[in-house]
Amino acid sequence: MRLSSAFRESDLARNIAANIERATTRPHNLMEFCGTHTVAIFRHGLRTLLPESLNLVSGPGCPVCVTARTDIDRILYLADLPGTIITTYGDMMKVPGSGMSLSDKRARGADVRVVYSITDALDLARANPSSRVIFNAVGFETTAPSTAAVIKRAREEAIDNFHILSIHKATPPVVVALLEGGTAVDAFLCPGHVCSIIGSEPLEPVAREYKKPCAVAGFEPADVLQGILMLVRQLEAGESRVEIEYTRGVRPEGNPNALAVMDEVFGKVTSEWRGIGLVEGTGLKLRQEFAAFDAERFIDREIISEPDPPGCQCGEVLRGELKPTECALFATACNPESPVGPCMVSSEGSCATYYQYAERRGK
Amino acid sequence: MCLAIPALIKEKDGTRAKADVGGAIREISLEIIDRPAEVGDYVLVHAGFAIHRLEEKEALETLELMRKVFGQ
Repeated sequence: MRLSSAFRESDLARNIAANIERATTRPHNLMEFCGTHTVAIFRHGLRTLLPESLNLVSGPGCPVCVTARTDIDRILYLADLPGTIITTYGDMMKVPGSGMSLSDKRARGADVRVVYSITDALDLARANPSSRVIFNAVGFETTAPSTAAVIKRAREEAIDNFHILSIHKATPPVVVALLEGGTAVDAFLCPGHVCSIIGSEPLEPVAREYKKPCAVAGFEPADVLQGILMLVRQLEAGESRVEIEYTRGVRPEGNPNALAVMDEVFGKVTSEWRGIGLVEGTGLKLRQEFAAFDAERFIDREIISEPDPPGCQCGEVLRGELKPTECALFATACNPESPVGPCMVSSEGSCATYYQYAERRGK
Repeated sequence: MCLAIPALIKEKDGTRAKADVGGAIREISLEIIDRPAEVGDYVLVHAGFAIHRLEEKEALETLELMRKVFGQ
């Protein structure tokens, strides 16, 4: 869309940055929930345009990073089953489970394939009727509806060798869990594309009950800055509302079609978030009617995971309590080539982002 | 993983479509889009699924707001 480039104009960004400068009279801690926002902030050098009194904190909004080690171990277990093809989004390949990643498994002979879309995984199941094809279903509300739609398609077409391991997560309750856990954040920059699906309404309790302003923002430089401006103006005025900056992508009620298919296929359960713990109502589990597609049924023993490696502070980073550069392993024992924790693996993990854009420039 | 990208619908057949995604033609699904989209419409695509139909008017309104100078 030609219009997208308009949101990248430097004059526009400078104008908004000047407005932020004028609006800011005191320090504020702003959390960008979403890893894609963290990447946008670094890629476009937006920190250099902001007053020093604004502290940007990266949040837990990277589905790869918050996947519990046990969930990685479960997919690794499935990869060892005979006649099984594991399909996954590429981001998950190098995330370490207990001593191994999917990439290591593949090197040892397991059939693990990277797909762009879950539809590619379903095609693979059609083409390989004698194999069991398991899709590693990861992601927030952006990917969960497409998983749900494909599960329905698989049922309609009676494709019985296709299964998913759902580690999908719903996001709004984790913001509340962070606040209940004592994370010191004054306001939230909220993820545009998650809210394209869920809308802005699920964020209302954060603004109303916890008095934390929320701004749903897009991912172009002007979007991110305008979202920050909305947060600063609310904080300076002592207000706390949910505002939508990204009006071209988000409506308050979200995407009703996506929400309906997600609700038809998935029920909400308690889910484990790395670094945060168990959060009620955030796990998306296939409903009973779709149980035949649930790869859980092939896991016939308890999976016991090793504790996180000594020194890894992904948990603190995901809760916004520690900057990646403050972790003792950062850019020493832990780097993108040999990551210790998941935040250094994903292209949207905050440690990987800091490593790519900030730390290396300093060296 | 949560970045959706704008794409232009070139061909449409039921809930399947071919769209120009940053210069490459890709097959996308319209199964879960929020409002009906036709050939010539821009949509936000995430992992092969269109999730939202974009409106030029909405984008222009946001740009107008951003160009305003506050605090003067």
